Amino acid sequence: MKGIIGKKIAMTQIFTPEGKVIPVTVVEAGPCTVTQIKTVEKEGYNAVQLGFGPVREKKLNRPQRGHFESKELQPLRHLAEIRVEDPASYQIGQEISVDSFTKGDRVDITGRSRGKGFAGVVKRHNFAGGPASHGAHFHRAPGAIGACATPSRVFKGARMPGRMGAEKVTTLNLEVADVKPERNLLLLKGSVPGPDGGLLVIRESIKSVKKRKKKAHVLT
Amino acid sequence: MQKTDIIESEYLRDDIPDFRPGDTVKVHVRVVEGNRERIQVFQGVVISRKGGGARETFTVRKISFGVGVERTFPLHSPIISRIELVTQGRVRRAKLYYLRDRVGKAAKVKEKRRT
Repeated sequence: MKGIIGKKIAMTQIFTPEGKVIPVTVVEAGPCTVTQIKTVEKEGYNAVQLGFGPVREKKLNRPQRGHFESKELQPLRHLAEIRVEDPASYQIGQEISVDSFTKGDRVDITGRSRGKGFAGVVKRHNFAGGPASHGAHFHRAPGAIGACATPSRVFKGARMPGRMGAEKVTTLNLEVADVKPERNLLLLKGSVPGPDGGLLVIRESIKSVKKRKKKAHVLT
Repeated sequence: MQKTDIIESEYLRDDIPDFRPGDTVKVHVRVVEGNRERIQVFQGVVISRKGGGARETFTVRKISFGVGVERTFPLHSPIISRIELVTQGRVRRAKLYYLRDRVGKAAKVKEKRRT
């Protein structure tokens, strides 16, 4: 499974030669460095840890510094793990750039969504709310949250107002509209979670991996 | 300079004449019918230009068989084969939406006087 770490730049649009408009998100991805390789024998699962973005050594605490120093790597700001099937094909210090993706690939994007603060039920859980006028006294309140004597309590998990957003969100199966290796840019069709400048983990889409495996299974 | 300019600059066209709201233009539009392609001309008054970079669009209004027709084109779209400036108009606003409420002679844009 392919993966890379990137930063959301902004959204814009591009044209196909037929004149169709494609909405795209511009992502500056990589170059990333392989900072650790995890195997079934040692850690219990196969994965590679990627690092992205240079950082001053002063900014890191001692355990973080040690993580890089022990491997003789430059310190990096962000680390993320990508599950892979074949950890042996990676080496520590290996560089991963946007070249590993091509136009037409399908990818999953993981990011942190915009924080909405303390939000009511209409915004947070898509409740309908009440009428705005005609003498209504019930506007955006949640309404009843449970019955009376039975069960004389509110069930756990009842949808109520609270903190919304700023959580990990993954958008599945986006198409890579274009790759610009000279500027380390990926153009993804559609929107991705988080504000401009937010950190994103880009992985080969789980759906395309499953499809490929199924195909390989049929062939054998 | 905006962050997406590098991407958009690839898609910008440099063969677009300088025209403004109030001008009358002929827009030559590529129309694909099955596997045949032909050019259709849409002539009318430009009533607005909005957006920037590769996202800029313009709206052309004309009266066709007594019915007002407006078409909004992306300025840099490949479906536009050519834009021809017919006349320049003298107007005092950037958006000529008031033309929609007018009929006949009142809906005409005065031509710009050459100095």
